[in-house]
Amino acid sequence: MKPAAFDHQRPETAEALAALLAAGAKPLAGGQSLGPMLNLRLARPDRLAGLAAIPALAGIREEAGIIRIGAAVTHARIEDGDSPVALPPALRQVARGIAYRAVRNRGTIGGSLAHADPAADWITTLTALGAQVVIRDATGGERRAALPGFMPGAYRTALGPAEIIAAVEIPAALREAYWGYHKICRKVGEFADAIGAVALHPATGHVRIVAGATGGAPLLLEGIGADLARTARHPGTGALRLALETALPGADRVRIQLLVTALDRAIAKVVPA
Amino acid sequence: MTSAIGARAPRKEDARHLSGKARFVGDIKVAGTWEAAFVRSPLAHARLGAITKPPGMEAQVFTAEDMPDLAPIRCESTLPSYKVSDYPALARGKVRYVGECIAICIAPTRAEAEDLAEAVIVDLDPLPAVADIDTALAADAPRLHEDWEDNLFLTTRHDGDLSEAKARATVVIERSYETARQAMNPMEGKGVLAEWDHRADQLVVHTSTQVPHLIRTGLSECLGLDQAQVRVIAPDVGGGFGYKCVLQPEELSVAWVARKTGRPVRWTEDRREHLTAGVNTRQHRYRITAYADDDGRLLGLDADIWVDIGAYSVWPFTACLEAAQAGGNLPGPYDLGAYACRTYSVATNKPGFTPYRGVARPGVCFAMELTLDAIARAVGRDPLEVRCLNLVPGAAMPYTNVTGKFYDSGDYPAAARAAAQMIDAEGFAARKAAAAAEGRLIGLGYACFTEQSAHGTKVFAAWGLPLVPGYEQAMVKLTPSGTVEVRSGNHSFGQGLETTLAQVACEWLHLDLAQVRVTMGDTGLTPYSTGAYASRGMVMAGGAVSKASEELARRLRIHGAHLLQCDPAETEIREGAVWKGQASVGFAAIADAWYLHPDRLPEDVDTAGLEVTEGYKPDIDTGLFTYATHAAMVEVDPESGRTEILDYVIFEDCGRRVNPMILDGQSYGGAAQGIGSALFEEALYDAAGQPLTSTLADYILPGPAELPAFRLGHSETLSPYSRHGIKGVGEGAAIAPAGAIVNAINDALAPMGAELTRIPATPHRVLAAILDARAAREAAQ
Repeated sequence: MKPAAFDHQRPETAEALAALLAAGAKPLAGGQSLGPMLNLRLARPDRLAGLAAIPALAGIREEAGIIRIGAAVTHARIEDGDSPVALPPALRQVARGIAYRAVRNRGTIGGSLAHADPAADWITTLTALGAQVVIRDATGGERRAALPGFMPGAYRTALGPAEIIAAVEIPAALREAYWGYHKICRKVGEFADAIGAVALHPATGHVRIVAGATGGAPLLLEGIGADLARTARHPGTGALRLALETALPGADRVRIQLLVTALDRAIAKVVPA
Repeated sequence: MTSAIGARAPRKEDARHLSGKARFVGDIKVAGTWEAAFVRSPLAHARLGAITKPPGMEAQVFTAEDMPDLAPIRCESTLPSYKVSDYPALARGKVRYVGECIAICIAPTRAEAEDLAEAVIVDLDPLPAVADIDTALAADAPRLHEDWEDNLFLTTRHDGDLSEAKARATVVIERSYETARQAMNPMEGKGVLAEWDHRADQLVVHTSTQVPHLIRTGLSECLGLDQAQVRVIAPDVGGGFGYKCVLQPEELSVAWVARKTGRPVRWTEDRREHLTAGVNTRQHRYRITAYADDDGRLLGLDADIWVDIGAYSVWPFTACLEAAQAGGNLPGPYDLGAYACRTYSVATNKPGFTPYRGVARPGVCFAMELTLDAIARAVGRDPLEVRCLNLVPGAAMPYTNVTGKFYDSGDYPAAARAAAQMIDAEGFAARKAAAAAEGRLIGLGYACFTEQSAHGTKVFAAWGLPLVPGYEQAMVKLTPSGTVEVRSGNHSFGQGLETTLAQVACEWLHLDLAQVRVTMGDTGLTPYSTGAYASRGMVMAGGAVSKASEELARRLRIHGAHLLQCDPAETEIREGAVWKGQASVGFAAIADAWYLHPDRLPEDVDTAGLEVTEGYKPDIDTGLFTYATHAAMVEVDPESGRTEILDYVIFEDCGRRVNPMILDGQSYGGAAQGIGSALFEEALYDAAGQPLTSTLADYILPGPAELPAFRLGHSETLSPYSRHGIKGVGEGAAIAPAGAIVNAINDALAPMGAELTRIPATPHRVLAAILDARAAREAAQ
């Protein structure tokens, strides 16, 4: 399959980008999901606006206790720790497990969030880390949307027309968080069938337990997280199963089993079973 | 000589492949070539109404109506009850599967051709889809082919008498098994580039095929051209596995358009086309009743086998080869007293079916090997012992089995025991107990099989196929430089024949491999061959090259003896020269004498020259039986359903190994594909016949990280019936993995009371089996 004809521009300034987006261009931030969709002619934009040439979108910095990662930063840069500020180990570990290196070389953190595939790694990981998505509109104005609220459902986000993701922000303190992540997939590099993610940082009181690849938005298990923070003990698979069956009524029994397993193993990396 | 038969010689073809300089159809540049895209059916079953071409673009779009002179692919068979399906290159009247070609569009680039294909408007009147075997066989099922009275291409029966087996049996095992539909996924998809060569007055078709001479025959029949007016060139081919051994409708359309327009036209199959519209394979269903005694001795087997063929019969292997092979091969390497089997080749609204590496035997091996394990569990014996009790013993060779297969040589129990030893079966119980103590589930499984290879004239004639291979031809020639040229009409699509055929020539001519050039795949340059399928290349083409090389060596000794002034009987060939004692004359000098200085040769010189074409087939047509036992050790994660292969052993006997390194590669590749069948690959369709696995994100192929470090062992029982004792081996390793791995999974799951009978054994199926067993246990309490 070859894509239908489209125009592809690579603006170098935020202003030029905003003008293109206002004119209806679709942002291209690595193209590792959009590319195949173009080839399959499932997506048919007339015009693409590449984000990679805008320096502000490709930066990583830390200010006031917040690590800000530009939307056009590739998975590979995160994997390699190619950053002026130290990245949380959790990010590097997750990046290493995304698809294949060829995909990681081009795919970006912002592109992955904007695509909002339920089975992707960042949407679940960043939910567990309490990240904020920085959204920029055509005028250059910024607003923030917290995860998981940024993603109301599969392939849906809080992005409005002509808005782009500018960056994601993560509390710098979470560099020291206890981190547990377990992804179940059919083969190395495949999309996940289930993800469990746990971030625990007693000093700031941050605790999040997230089930990913649920078929919809990442599922924040607040009750389980609160219990874990209180007891510092593994909740057990029975409690996980009950929480998942309650939160995902009608889910297939095998999917529930896989999510239980992913969460069980992610939590076991943080607290003993 | 390091380059003769038996040498682990590096492959001649690898330099160009490893440096990206190989030449596939997609690499060929012919000035003025336009690219083709097809309008394909979005529905599985529908009446075809009007087709509207985009206004102004009519000259770039062609439908069946434009091609009244193009005959459909029509595959006859002489088997009783067989029904013929006309398979038009472009749909006529009806479409019968999603992806069926309706129109061909050409443009300077593929993207423009796809734009054009999108703009073609097709009226389709939907008909109820027949998407699976049950729907197809229902009494009131819609008919795929309206002139048929049902949806069956063929039924066959093998009516053995089971009464004694039933009377004596103390153990009766009943099982149903299913194997998934698969796509073959050669790394290079199909591709074809056709042009009309006015100088030669020939249609030249570059196509990615295993069988260039057969494709020439097929093209000429459908296009109404004399075979001399068609030249088929198979360049480098990036994997075939059976996918490229049939005439494809796209080949016909592209050839027709190139001839009609006078413009070179190419079509390159993309992965989505391969996964949704290309011919499929493997989908079987079994109902088996096995009768055994308390020792686990198999007394009789009663089987029904259904094969989900899809919509059309492929040419030349028909819709029936798969079921005929399944019914004939189910008894496998076992000494089986009584056998009854009925097979059903079922037409469904899916792409057609072609034999894939292993042809039916991966399915029958899976069914048979799971049945043997079920017997072993029922009688409480070690599965290895039950196998050895039932395998045809070495002392019985040659042996004719219950379906008339003639096993030429070998010792099947010895291979099974060797595999068991390699995987340390004796130590396994302790290992399993230690794993269980850690809460881990591990299992050991075996699968034994025979691989009928290089079966010939009488076997194919009995299958009623339109092609019946006879004597394979090969040409071997001494060039004016004194090097050797080998020409074969067979083809290499990754098996390393360029190297191994050269090694066979070196066996007689004692040259370095670099001095032997092998040309294949071009009907304009090579003698007729039915091509590369049925694990026949090494046996047939190798045998023909051997025979021609032997004759060339004889002639070289005659010329050499004259130049050395001695008797030919006093000479020998070594190091690229003819020797008498310490005196020698090099091949280059002999070539120089023959081609440029015939004055140095006698008046009564043999006029046949230094170019030899010989024909060869083995002494028997019934094939040479390679055999092997695979043993797999797996760990099953009961919480995620994931199967990890901890160890994988293959003990194989394929007679004489021409190049043991290439053979190892064949084993790795075949076993990798078998593991795909066992654990990963599944082409899914919904009830409307819509494909659900249309990209490699949905159709899961195993990658390097999913494959074990295979460990190989060999014995070499030479076939008494073939040159050099060679047996074919290209398909074998793909046959057994599903049986061995699922037996190992079931061994691991036995304590939980769960048993899998369907492949691929996906995590989902493993978990479902565990959850079912748990629910059954809880219900019983």
